[in-house]
Amino acid sequence: MPLVEFRDVGYQTAGKTILSHISFSVEAGETVVLLGRSGSGKTTALKMTNGMLFPTSGQVLVEGRATVDWDPIRLKRRIGYVIQDVGLFPHFTVAANVGLVPKLEGWGQISIDRRVDELLRKVGLEPAEFRLRYPRQLSGGQRQRVGVARALAAEPPLLLFDEPFGALDPITRNELQQQFLELTRDSHKSSIFVTHDIREAFRLGHRVALLSSGRLEAIAAPTEFRRAETGEARAFLAGLED
Amino acid sequence: MRPDLVHDVVQLTAEHLVLVASSMAVALLLGVPAGILLTRRAGLRKWLLGFASVMQTIPSLALFGFLIPIPLIGGIGPRTVIVALALYALLPIVRNTFVGIATVDAAVCESAVAMGMSDGQVLRQVQLPLAAQTILAGIRIATVATIGTATIGAAIGGGGLGVFIFRGIASVDSAQILAGAVPAALLALLADGGLGWIERKLAPA
Repeated sequence: MPLVEFRDVGYQTAGKTILSHISFSVEAGETVVLLGRSGSGKTTALKMTNGMLFPTSGQVLVEGRATVDWDPIRLKRRIGYVIQDVGLFPHFTVAANVGLVPKLEGWGQISIDRRVDELLRKVGLEPAEFRLRYPRQLSGGQRQRVGVARALAAEPPLLLFDEPFGALDPITRNELQQQFLELTRDSHKSSIFVTHDIREAFRLGHRVALLSSGRLEAIAAPTEFRRAETGEARAFLAGLED
Repeated sequence: MRPDLVHDVVQLTAEHLVLVASSMAVALLLGVPAGILLTRRAGLRKWLLGFASVMQTIPSLALFGFLIPIPLIGGIGPRTVIVALALYALLPIVRNTFVGIATVDAAVCESAVAMGMSDGQVLRQVQLPLAAQTILAGIRIATVATIGTATIGAAIGGGGLGVFIFRGIASVDSAQILAGAVPAALLALLADGGLGWIERKLAPA
């Protein structure tokens, strides 16, 4: 059974069609990248996975159950979420941010502390130095690392990334992409990763799904994707050549 | 100061404080929840903020006049004054509560929801702490204004420092007017300073 399955999903809001007839699935341990221009519907698709939005037609299934049938809180806590603006709580320390979901889940303070230290090390931040800092005392790259640690905190089987590295400088972005690969490979986690950068898509995705005006134009492994013939795919592939 | 006034100053200042504290308590109990409700129910915004704005535009003496004939809340005396003062204090409190919560960084609220926080948890752990400074600024504005406006309460038998002012005007006695005005001004300055201090304490360091 795939971890996530989109079945003929459509989404309309205020008379506008954002997504139509989207079908794909994400297997355990797999990273699927949603690639597309701004406004192509990729973030909308991502938000349907953890029940931030619900399809207006079709179904999204997570672990075999439609998102509408999940308890909305349970569903979100089973899925880690990382967004471009990170959304760290400015009034929480790094440790409190990372330990948020375990705390909501009712873990004891000792297990939370242990987990926070473990995660901070995993994302390359020395706990002794960073635990008690506030988000404003971090660089953009460090904030994003904390965001990733927070998403991983309660061991979710699935992670969602919404252009998480878009606002970072190229060197930091490269480091974080490398770290993303290590994290997902080691822990055998599934993820859906949204980006408009085809290089990032090819580097991180087992498969790349191309969205254009709310439709799924192609979904294929990077090697195969390079041979895609549709107009939008060629437009993105042209970006690889220069 | 004239010795005959000293005893009255203490008495009337105490009355004044009771008027202000009671009306602010009512305004807070109604205003903060109303402001929170506005962030959850967009349809109510126009009505509630409109109502609070209209209340502020009514001259205070006229508002007392309107309230006097209303059963239960009206009549002559402090109760009517407290109701009127609370109505005046509503707008800054409702508006700042609403604006404070509505302007919390959207990415922060979105990630709070995406982490699986319930609406109540988002409100208590994220939105209210981050809006606290703005909400308190509204409370400060309302308190300072209420301390001043409360002097008019004496016109309908509400007591407080306004008693001196009205008496002083009636008997053309500047000492009495000052005995009412100076403590009222000092109270306002104290409230402004004290609440301003707490507000700065709440600022992200």
